[in-house]
Amino acid sequence: MDIEKIREQFPILKKEVNNKPLVYLDNAATTQKPLVMLDEIQKYYKETNANVHRGIHTLSHESTKAWEGTHEKIAEFLNAENAEEIIFTKNATESLNLVANTYGRQFLNEGDVIVISEMEHHSNIVPWQQLAKEKKLKLEWIPVLDNFKLDLNYLDYLLRKYKERLKILSIVHVSNVLGTVNDIPLLAKKIHSVGGVLCLDASQSVPHMEVDVQKLDCDFLVFSGHKVYGPMGIGVLYGKKELLEKMNPWITGGDMVNKVTKNGARWADIPEKFEAGTPNVAGAIGLAASINCLKKYNWKQISEREKELTQIVLSGISTICDLEVLGSLSTKERVGVISFKIKDMHPHDIATLLDERGIAVRTGFHCCEPLHERFNFGPSTRVSFGIYNTQEEARYFVNSFKAIANKML
Amino acid sequence: MTNSSLYKKNILEHYKKPRNFSKLQNYNKKASLSNITCGDEMEVFLNIQEGIIKEVSFQGTGCAISLAAMSMLSERVKGKHIKEISKIQDQEILDMLGMEKETPRINCGLLGVQTLRKAIAS
Repeated sequence: MDIEKIREQFPILKKEVNNKPLVYLDNAATTQKPLVMLDEIQKYYKETNANVHRGIHTLSHESTKAWEGTHEKIAEFLNAENAEEIIFTKNATESLNLVANTYGRQFLNEGDVIVISEMEHHSNIVPWQQLAKEKKLKLEWIPVLDNFKLDLNYLDYLLRKYKERLKILSIVHVSNVLGTVNDIPLLAKKIHSVGGVLCLDASQSVPHMEVDVQKLDCDFLVFSGHKVYGPMGIGVLYGKKELLEKMNPWITGGDMVNKVTKNGARWADIPEKFEAGTPNVAGAIGLAASINCLKKYNWKQISEREKELTQIVLSGISTICDLEVLGSLSTKERVGVISFKIKDMHPHDIATLLDERGIAVRTGFHCCEPLHERFNFGPSTRVSFGIYNTQEEARYFVNSFKAIANKML
Repeated sequence: MTNSSLYKKNILEHYKKPRNFSKLQNYNKKASLSNITCGDEMEVFLNIQEGIIKEVSFQGTGCAISLAAMSMLSERVKGKHIKEISKIQDQEILDMLGMEKETPRINCGLLGVQTLRKAIAS
């Protein structure tokens, strides 16, 4: 991997912040955008723009082709069997809400059980809490162990306790705070043993590793385009065809119907049934372009580079007095997301002082308040890597952070 | 570190050794406020006699900016009439801290003065 060539693809990386070269270490929040994505979006609006579906004129036909083509590209990226299994949404949050409000509302009844975990993002908590309240369902939480992994014994206990009443296991693939990678094929096997479905939040795995829906054997999978170098405002829901076909629509209106009369409507086939209204065609084209760009590299290379950066930061900061990492200190079974706190230093002071040196990090609870509460951690500072980060940047972060800690403590 | 750092020497000094950082035993006004974005919490205690702030103290958890700001402010308001305090503009606080109005940390800088105003009004 030629890192300089990769960086050339991302014009924002040439920017200076506070008179220092930008060191962007907030990739778990959103990633930067490659030229090829920007070009494709511009090209679409310059040359192809027209509303999709049922247009007879040439532009509409071309636009529809392009839109349908993006479903195929995402299906290929996730190794889904059918392009119809790919539904575009605005982000992972909307995708999860779609599953909760369609499959969840339709097939779960009072007393049924949804299982999530303590390491979920709020987007994989709140929709299920709402559904559970509305339909009198039970919401169970798999605890996170002190080694930052899921307590699978507890899941086994839940499976024994609830059996076929356990209908949905909605779980994160990679934690956006701990960096922990969960064993999804194993979880799929467990939930399938009682006839339940696995809904996978792949927002943090899709940018860092191969995500193959058939190997993972997940029933639903969601991710946000902007976290995998794509544009904001486009997200994906993958669902197994047989499930999507029996699910009722959620958002209704134009484009998702085959026939409308005064008495009612007949739904379109998947994926249109779940894509009401004029879709974000340019967003989908941009996402497909970014993913196509990623395909030039193999995941092993990407993952090994990110592990090197993770190692530099972990070994650089973990020896600092009174510093605690919320996550494993080993680079095994984790990705390059490092959250930490240091006694007597508020994360916002750390973030501002790093920003003065051109370094962008994130602070707070990272939409994972229950996880922080589980570890009694308070707000944390988070460093997260992308494909364009360099070893020099990782070392610059470590040295800058050490200097800041010296100054403040 | 550049000279334009938000963390100037006086701010760090007040942060490390905040003045009037305690709970007044004989307060007759108090108020607390929190800053939702940071989770900072500020509690201000006042002993006001005939409109004059005789004593002021504060407690709280938070970032260096919010703690230093309240520490500096507590020194300024002691002995002043509450009418003068009500005249303090946000801009004066920002000037005291050497902060730009556009900084994302403006709420940290203003938490103290807001809590002080709330205590006076209580």
